[in-house]
Amino acid sequence: MNADMGLGVRDGDTSKMTDKSGPFASWGMFSRGQDTRLTVAFGDSSAVRSLPVYSLISLVAMIVFWFVATYTWGFPDQFKEPGLSDKLRIAACNSNDVCKGSFSQLLGPLTFPSIRDTWNTFFLLIDEGFQDITLWAHTKASLWRVIRGMFFGTLFGVPIGFAMGLSSKARGFFDTIVESFRPVPPLALLPLFILIFGIGDTTAVRLLIFASIWIMIIASRSGVQEANLSKVRAAYSLGASKPQVLFRVLLPNALPQLFTGFRLALGVSWGTLVAAELVGTRDGLGSMIFAARPFFRLDVVVVGIIVIALLGVMMDIILRFLESKLIPWRGKG
Amino acid sequence: MKDLSVKNVEMVYQVPKGEPVHALHDVSFDLTAGRLLTLLGPSGCGKTTLLNILAGFLAPTAGEVTLGGDIITGPGQERGMVFQQGALFEWLSVEKNIAFGPKMNRHSKTETKDKVEELLDVVGLAGFGDRQVYELSGGMQQRVALARCLANDPDVILMDEPLGALDALTREKMQGLILKLWKETGKSIILVTHSVEEALYLGDRLFVMAPRPGRIECDYELPFAENGLEVEPRELKAAPEFGEKREEILSIIWEMEEEIMGRGEAI
Ligand SMILES: Nc1ncnc2c1ncn2[C@@H]1O[C@H](COP(=O)(O)OP(=O)(O)O)[C@@H](O)[C@H]1O
Ligand SMILES: [Mg+2]
Repeated sequence: MNADMGLGVRDGDTSKMTDKSGPFASWGMFSRGQDTRLTVAFGDSSAVRSLPVYSLISLVAMIVFWFVATYTWGFPDQFKEPGLSDKLRIAACNSNDVCKGSFSQLLGPLTFPSIRDTWNTFFLLIDEGFQDITLWAHTKASLWRVIRGMFFGTLFGVPIGFAMGLSSKARGFFDTIVESFRPVPPLALLPLFILIFGIGDTTAVRLLIFASIWIMIIASRSGVQEANLSKVRAAYSLGASKPQVLFRVLLPNALPQLFTGFRLALGVSWGTLVAAELVGTRDGLGSMIFAARPFFRLDVVVVGIIVIALLGVMMDIILRFLESKLIPWRGKG
Repeated sequence: MKDLSVKNVEMVYQVPKGEPVHALHDVSFDLTAGRLLTLLGPSGCGKTTLLNILAGFLAPTAGEVTLGGDIITGPGQERGMVFQQGALFEWLSVEKNIAFGPKMNRHSKTETKDKVEELLDVVGLAGFGDRQVYELSGGMQQRVALARCLANDPDVILMDEPLGALDALTREKMQGLILKLWKETGKSIILVTHSVEEALYLGDRLFVMAPRPGRIECDYELPFAENGLEVEPRELKAAPEFGEKREEILSIIWEMEEEIMGRGEAI
């Protein structure tokens, strides 16, 4: 805020506004990038960044570990012993009808899939799919559920949160509800939801609404509560009506908190969804993983896990990008 | 332009646990249009409370405030407010901040655009219209706040320690700007400050307020603001008359502070 401190610095000093990233800013990725040399940096967390080189090292390390582990050990080894593995598989099949008729598939050695197997399975899943549903169809089903869940969670959550921030009656009324339901892990309600709504797509979406709505309520409530009173007063003095204060001051002012809430809710929804799909739906990445289990198709399971992880990371990257575009003032007020 | 009249205003804050706070007691004054009144006094003497009542954010417990004969019952655009800091809209550019008032009143776009250009020029921010407010220095942000307030063409401008967060040099420049705006627009201004020098330099009228309960202790008519722009500010502040007044007011405030200390109610 107060850049013009100290003697010799003029009001209207524009030097702090110049863009620090030079033409080679992107090269900073692999350079040290730190021009100021701190004498003691330990404990100064502002001096700590995530050095991309090291992130790359850990990624390579994970891949190498996977490669070596599957190449040498073929994890888990003891399943290769026919006696034990056969017993296990037959036991698994007896408890699960789905196995019947595909017994021959079970005779191969049960090993953790190698990188190449996984790679092949990935393309096989894209082309042919698992149980006639392609990987893309599973992914689409999952994403579409999350989108609907987040949409309705936000649609209902934000107005409720705003009401709680703006009216004592609404705060009193919703406080009890929010505080009772917020600590309940959404998955704990899955059995109840299935009993009430049955198995299927809408049940999963409803569960996601449940997962996201409390987070969105709390985020928007704190967004309103933390609004600087002088901003609101300034707006009234400038002739703004109550709706104008709401939509042109309180709402944009709450965007940082809303965004944080949205990111949090999306993470929770994603985790809840995959688990809900394990039992609740026929398509979706979670149900693909679950359906692959009785066939000992660890390769399908692994592809599912990787796709889930990558999508989660991608959603966060997209949201962070949107955040930097939509609320560039964040942390600078 | 309208005259402001404050009659027997009392303000008592009800505190949930504890004694009610008597923030203002029997505050009465008339301010004819076009004057610059500065409010000075130890912290807690009700300066902000008085300004909030004038702005219409608070209703006085008793008494009444009128502007041009109309009783003030709530905020209104004939009374603009400039806050110490943090009241700009970070999500809007400089020019959109300034255009906020006209936009709320649905003024025509072209008219508003011209007005914004003109105001940017007046406050010395020409060419900064499309900047983001969070990129600006504290002094420049206060210039935007002034311009935003002026865009609605208020009769009275209320300022609560508008320069309080600025460094000494920026502060002096902004004092010059406020004087210039006051003279050019002929608007009434009420400005709260902690600095005796600022109160003397800017005010053509000055209230020294006393705490517990908050009240107007002294009412000065001041000659300095009149020449504020012609005479070099530092020269003016070095003049013997200025120094005398400063000492006089400082001793009044010191006395109040000692009294508060003596009662052991403040540190
Ligand atoms: N909202 C409030 N509730 C209770 N007491 C308040 C409130 N606002 C101000 N006060 C009290 O009223 C007195 C005057 O405050 P204020 O007008 O802010 O003084 P100043 O601006 O001169 O420092 C102080 O004692 C302060 O503690
Ligand atoms: Mg104050």
